[in-house]
Amino acid sequence: MQQKHWILIGVIILTLLAGNFAYPNYYNKAIDSLNSKFHWTLPYFWQKPYVLGLDLQGGVNLTYQADLSSISDKDGAMSGLRDVIERRVNLFGVSEPVVKIQGKDQLTVQLPGVKDVASAIAMIGQTPYLEFNEIRPEAESKSILDKIKEVKDAQDKKQDIQKIKDWQLAMEDPYIKPTELTGKYLSKATVVFDQTTYKPKIQLQFNNEGAKLFEDITARNIGKPLAILLDGASIIDTSGDGKIDSHDLYAPIIQDKITGGTAVITGDMPAKTANDIARRLNSGALPVKIGSPILQETVGPTLGAVSLQKSLWAGVFGLLAVIVFMILFYRLPGLLASIALIIYVAITLAIFKLVPITLTLAGIGGFILSIGMAVDANILIFARMKEEINSGKSLSLSIEEGLSRAWPSIRDSNLNSLIVCVILFIFSTSFIKGFALTLSLGILVSLFSAIFVTRILLLVFVGRLANKFRWLM
Amino acid sequence: MFPFTKFSKVYYIISGLLIVGALASLVLFGLKFGIEFTGGSNMELDFLNQRPDNTAISKSLMEFELGDIVVQPTGEKGVLLQFRGIDEALHQKVLSKLQALSPVQEKSFQYIGPSVGQDLKNKTLLAILLSLLAITLYIAFAFRKVSRPLASWKYGMTSLIALFHDILIPLGAFSLLGYFYNIEITIPIVAALLTILGFSVHDTIVIFDRIRENILRHNMNSFDQTVDLSLNQTVGRSISTVLTVLLVMFSLFFFGGQTLKYFSLALIIGIASGAYSSIFIAGPLLVTWQNWNDSRAKR
Repeated sequence: MQQKHWILIGVIILTLLAGNFAYPNYYNKAIDSLNSKFHWTLPYFWQKPYVLGLDLQGGVNLTYQADLSSISDKDGAMSGLRDVIERRVNLFGVSEPVVKIQGKDQLTVQLPGVKDVASAIAMIGQTPYLEFNEIRPEAESKSILDKIKEVKDAQDKKQDIQKIKDWQLAMEDPYIKPTELTGKYLSKATVVFDQTTYKPKIQLQFNNEGAKLFEDITARNIGKPLAILLDGASIIDTSGDGKIDSHDLYAPIIQDKITGGTAVITGDMPAKTANDIARRLNSGALPVKIGSPILQETVGPTLGAVSLQKSLWAGVFGLLAVIVFMILFYRLPGLLASIALIIYVAITLAIFKLVPITLTLAGIGGFILSIGMAVDANILIFARMKEEINSGKSLSLSIEEGLSRAWPSIRDSNLNSLIVCVILFIFSTSFIKGFALTLSLGILVSLFSAIFVTRILLLVFVGRLANKFRWLM
Repeated sequence: MFPFTKFSKVYYIISGLLIVGALASLVLFGLKFGIEFTGGSNMELDFLNQRPDNTAISKSLMEFELGDIVVQPTGEKGVLLQFRGIDEALHQKVLSKLQALSPVQEKSFQYIGPSVGQDLKNKTLLAILLSLLAITLYIAFAFRKVSRPLASWKYGMTSLIALFHDILIPLGAFSLLGYFYNIEITIPIVAALLTILGFSVHDTIVIFDRIRENILRHNMNSFDQTVDLSLNQTVGRSISTVLTVLLVMFSLFFFGGQTLKYFSLALIIGIASGAYSSIFIAGPLLVTWQNWNDSRAKR
């Protein structure tokens, strides 16, 4: 076996891997039937879903303009805002939301599959609310717990709970209660490192009014915890399960009465936790106003599914049309180019899954366009090859000459398209970004498939077949 | 060998007419920009039963003072509504009002604030200018070694002229489509136009590459012969390449959904005119330029 045969085997393996990764259904079906026939337990192919954009799976995309006019640390405020909104969106129960900063002062929120857009907007638009809660006296806790039990019993008996005296009490948290101290009394929070232990600490600075409130609260709660809540939930995840819910409560213990309005939270915590806490304290202290969205795009789930279906079929028909055209016009080389094109499609789809690249309609449009453009390099090579054959050179020499002659044109024209893609990409609109990303990825993969794959196929098959059937060329 | 450059005047006249037509349409009718540029709201709906007629729909929404309401029927029972920008609360009211008119399912809703549109216009303009600049610089750089008989910057200049040709014609077409069929310039169409910039120059580069190679290899007597030879050598490839792209784009135009329909149409027009300009304008223009230089030198 020669080197070219080994390369061909490599290409075949790569194609099988990429193809099955992009579309594992056939492989899995085969495994199923093998397993049931011979009672084997062969595993399925590695499963990984495509990531679909909002326009294909349905959902809402919101962009907000943040008002940073009264804030000095604008970057910090934006990342605080992003963090706060992300927390809220997660609490809202949306699966895989995306919250990201766009440019300097805009925030994009993507909520896939959300139905109640109005309340999502209302929830996002709220000003962050930071509060400090103290522990209830035991008697109070007991009366609330009793009331909760009473209400629950009434509910079980299907009685009207509103007839119970003080039923509202049952809605309150039995263990902690709000103090007058809220985010508006906090000037700022910073992370500092202890001079001797090098451990991170969080330093809180209250304003004059806040200092007074804080002094009273600490005085009456020495030795007790003081809970810090943002938007009604713990400021960080304390149970370590990766989400913030009713099981979490962040409550440092008050060591002493604190006067002067400066407090320090110490404890054994990683720097990341300290940074999270400080950033969230700040977003409660200096809330960034975002108002209502400046851009809203809502796509219903049916429209998304229909768009996906239609554009996929368009891609399949387009691919078939190109293959028919190539075989009719270029015969054997055209067939090889079609094989290279199918390899190209498999590899590109596998890369979409692997990275993963979020597929949008624009992205699919770019990919379909790239299918049409991908054979261009092949056509250039074949045209050159034919000229070399016509001038009387041997087949294998013609192939090599065709490749090397066509290369400068292929390089120049594809580089040019890549330059335009880069410019499109800088241009930050999500539709165009998605388009430029898949198109440029397509260009790069098509260079590989046209130069590398077609060359190997030509070298291995053409030499043998074409000498017998010259009309095939 | 087909003497392409012999009929240069015919090509110039055809292109001249097309460009004058496009410019006239742009001046007379202008471009109809979509709401992503102008700001506003649009709603895509499917009526479950029969679609009420346009006036019934706009009449039922009178009370909300939505400004100019554009009602456009789509598909069998669908309708596309456009009006001034509204917030989510009003959007819900509009939806339930329509629901009362006739049972309806909302497919999509968009609201674009006024600042977003202006921002996008500026960015689009910047992207177009940057692309033009980058392409010209790239061509000038790629052809820096070719200086005889024409200077390398003239290749860049010529391809730039071909580029303007390829952008003006689809723009003119969309100005007509906008005026007569209410088809708007949207973000996907901008993406298509920018791609045309890259793709059409693709063709021109391949042809110029051949000219460069033939100048170095064949040392022919006349420049127009060199250009003719190069065009003959590349014309098959140009047509094949354009056809494969047109095949996928037609597939997208007929089978792809609404969003990609006019995107593919823009590409079809642009790529077809790009192929025309690469073969019939860019090459012949080089020859015309060269002849003009010669005749000036003689005088």
